[in-house]
Amino acid sequence: MTMLAWTIYISFLGVLVLMLLPKGNASAARKVAMLSAVAGLLVAVAGFVQFKSGEILTVAKLPWVPSLGIEFHLAADGISLTLVLLTGLAAVGGILFSWNIEHRAKEFFAFYLALIGGVYGVFLSFDLFLLFVFYEIAIVPKYFIIAIWGSTRKEYGAMKLALYSFIGSAMVLVGLIAAYVVSGAHTFNVLELAKYPFPHGFQMWAFPLVFVGFAILAGMWPFHTWAPTGHVAAPTAASMLLAGVVMKLGAYGCLRVAMTLFPEGLEAWKMWIAVLAVIGIVYGALVALVQKDFKFVIGYSSVSHMGFVMLGLVTLNTIGLSGAVLQMFSHGIIAGLLFAVVGRMVYERTHTRELATLEGMNLVKAMPFAAVTFVIAGCASMGLPGFSGFIAELQVIIGAWQAFPTLAVLTGVGIVIGVAYTLRAMQKAFFGEERRPLARLDENEDEHAVPEAGAPISIPERLGAVMLIGVSLLVGLYPRILLDVIVPSFNSPLFDWLKKGGQP
Amino acid sequence: MSYLELLKLAAPETIVVLTALAVLAIDLTSMRGFEVRLRFTIGGMIASLGCAAAILWTLVVPAQADVMSGMLLVSPLTQLVKVCLLVLTIFTVLISLESKFTTHVGEYLALILLATVGMMFLVSAEDVLMIFISLELTSLSLYILTAFNKRNIKSAEAALKYFLFGGMAAAFMLFGLSLIYGLSGSTNLHAIAAALAGKGLDPLLVVAIVMTVIGFGFKVAAVPFHLWAPDAYEGAPTPSAAFIASGSKVASFFIFAKIMMIGFAGAEGSGAFRNFVAGWTPVIAMVAVLSMVLGNLVAIVQSSVKRLLAYSAIAHAGYMLLGVMAHDDQAIASVVYYAVTYGLTTIGAFGVVALVENEAGNDNLASFVGFSKRAPVVAFSMMIFLLSLAGIPPLAGFFGKFYLFAAALKTGAPNLGLLWLVILAIAMSAVSFYYYLKVLKQIYVVDGTDATKGTTVSMLSQTVLLVMAVLVILLGCFPNILLAHLVAIPAH
Repeated sequence: MTMLAWTIYISFLGVLVLMLLPKGNASAARKVAMLSAVAGLLVAVAGFVQFKSGEILTVAKLPWVPSLGIEFHLAADGISLTLVLLTGLAAVGGILFSWNIEHRAKEFFAFYLALIGGVYGVFLSFDLFLLFVFYEIAIVPKYFIIAIWGSTRKEYGAMKLALYSFIGSAMVLVGLIAAYVVSGAHTFNVLELAKYPFPHGFQMWAFPLVFVGFAILAGMWPFHTWAPTGHVAAPTAASMLLAGVVMKLGAYGCLRVAMTLFPEGLEAWKMWIAVLAVIGIVYGALVALVQKDFKFVIGYSSVSHMGFVMLGLVTLNTIGLSGAVLQMFSHGIIAGLLFAVVGRMVYERTHTRELATLEGMNLVKAMPFAAVTFVIAGCASMGLPGFSGFIAELQVIIGAWQAFPTLAVLTGVGIVIGVAYTLRAMQKAFFGEERRPLARLDENEDEHAVPEAGAPISIPERLGAVMLIGVSLLVGLYPRILLDVIVPSFNSPLFDWLKKGGQP
Repeated sequence: MSYLELLKLAAPETIVVLTALAVLAIDLTSMRGFEVRLRFTIGGMIASLGCAAAILWTLVVPAQADVMSGMLLVSPLTQLVKVCLLVLTIFTVLISLESKFTTHVGEYLALILLATVGMMFLVSAEDVLMIFISLELTSLSLYILTAFNKRNIKSAEAALKYFLFGGMAAAFMLFGLSLIYGLSGSTNLHAIAAALAGKGLDPLLVVAIVMTVIGFGFKVAAVPFHLWAPDAYEGAPTPSAAFIASGSKVASFFIFAKIMMIGFAGAEGSGAFRNFVAGWTPVIAMVAVLSMVLGNLVAIVQSSVKRLLAYSAIAHAGYMLLGVMAHDDQAIASVVYYAVTYGLTTIGAFGVVALVENEAGNDNLASFVGFSKRAPVVAFSMMIFLLSLAGIPPLAGFFGKFYLFAAALKTGAPNLGLLWLVILAIAMSAVSFYYYLKVLKQIYVVDGTDATKGTTVSMLSQTVLLVMAVLVILLGCFPNILLAHLVAIPAH
């Protein structure tokens, strides 16, 4: 079944078609992008449905650079498939929420699809060279999307994000080349390299190098600072993708590359990573609690939620690991939804993200749909039962309880603060009392249109919101739909160290 | 060996020489009255055809010979490098076609071709005398090419600097080579290695090594012998700068690697971290470190794009020195791959700069503002070139870097002796990403005030640049196109 590879091809074909489109035809560009994203999602869903859990499905395996043993090797296990599905959903959602882009629309969607194609590629690559290629392909479009279509210090945010990503990938590259040379295996196949017992001394420095290289992109504290600025500067679709899938690239790389190649290093360093992850959870939540800018709240909440992923990864037990993967999926959906409400529904109609200003607008009356969506998304983000976030974070905490009891308790504190900042933002943004009459606001800042003047929530926005909420509910109510695919993946030879009770 | 056979072996070079003469003669006799543009087009076509004929000959007529022990060595590897050089020359000629800096079209094109001949002989030489002569033929042509913009005083200044530095470098190199001759009694590289083998590091040999490295350090613009490069690149007519940065680099690096790997075989020493052993690799390690750090850091603050490219060229020379240090068959393949793809990319980048210069009158970063709206195809090509220089996959520059670093690490395996250099190189390429992105920011992100002012970039320029961009993408996506030929043939 080579069909899954088409997720990648379709995205890059979309880029090509967009580049050949005549200038200035925004509506055609949108349609092409939508078509390509939907086709990608359908392929991903079809692949997901046909997948027999527990196997490692080879999608494509062709010699690429024979003299170095590099192969064009695409494959999928349950973990990658879950994330491919997430990418498909986020891609479609992102386009629905950027339906109104008119400024250089053709280029926007071309960069957007290039990013999507790169992300699909990373999730499906089982050749580490190939994985790295796709990983870096995803960097450049991010820069341009943010720098051209973003807001609030966009050039700074974009450059910071690009440099952080590039430095992270440089660390990964050093580790990969060194692993390739040390193993002497003449292959980049992750299944082969994972079998090679790398010398202990080598693992001790290679593991943190590669892990942190990837974790930078996953927003792990203290390398997270690109994330809030980048998310805030990005246009809505890009924020959705950044938080939704790009941060997952990093976490996925940690799991797929660093942890499978260097189990001894993992064992030695896991405590440190767990501590950083928990600091990330609590710190991100605390900082989110005091933000004045609505989007920064969501930006820091991403840091906090990604902390759960990192914590789940280093629990080294199946429940924690599958919780981490589920959390990647869940956070991808929920963060996308939150950014959609803040960036698209609210900001583009009120032209402000200041919570203090929004407080005076009583937005729940002006745009009830946005308010309802945010309440639902907020509940999901807080981890209310019934939504995907609950089951994911629960698994992570159970896993962490087995591995690091003290840290698990601290994580609980993080969850409580998470409830606090979400409720605070919800209250201020949508349910504030009209302390200031809207007219006065109008006088002060003309370009700040009153909410009533904003267009009603459009059909694409409603569709996108319903889709994402539906998915989160579905996974929350019936998590086995994903877990049945994810959990058996940890029985693969890649995770042999798991069977030894986490003791490699 | 009869002269006829010799002529047959040197046929590609002969074809290029004849083309140079033909271009000169035709321009002199029958095109004096035409417009410069037309003369450039006709002359350029003849020159390109000549190069193409030489490529065809090289590909079709298989040859393998060693004339007079290394005076003219023809092997599959040298033939491949020559083909690459000729392709680079063709692209250089093609980006010159719309230049307005000179009316001496015939002379300009003939000099480019003569420089190419020098490079081709250089590639084929394994004898220090022949190496020196070919190097001088190349260099003298390049000095004149640098000075070709007679209306610009900077061009003359650049050429004078380049000439004086180059002359001094040649003196150093000659001194080094003469010491080697004194030590070994031979001018052939293999014979030199054989004579030096087992003698240990004679102090004189150390001096000879250092002198040779200094000489070639000038040629490839490595720190601290780089001082001419930024001025020469900035002052020279842009296509000349492109040629200095591409073809000349490929040939110089190829022969540099050969001298070091063959001639000084056995005197490598070690550049492993905290484990230095005297020899030529630690010397080169030092030069490489300085080049990578200084080149990349100074490039950040440049506002002239040509100077930026010059400093980036210095940095790239630093990366390539890593490959030279690796001294094995894979290393020479990786250096050639890197140099050729770098040459192709940098010609493209200079080609775009030339277009901007024609339009705005200077090559400041600010002149690139809004370029993506005025000339989308060219802007796209520039994005490809710069991202490739930064080493972003799936472009040629990425694979080149990867291959080079893997080769460098492999020599020290399993102790990963050169790991410290590879880490530095990769860290520095992260720095380079910043300044390349700065240029792209001007092109794509910053909104120009006069964005509506359309630029008429001719179809020809657009096509040439697009072809180069596509080649860069292809060589990155399918490195095997070039690599399969490189690794199939043993280097020595």
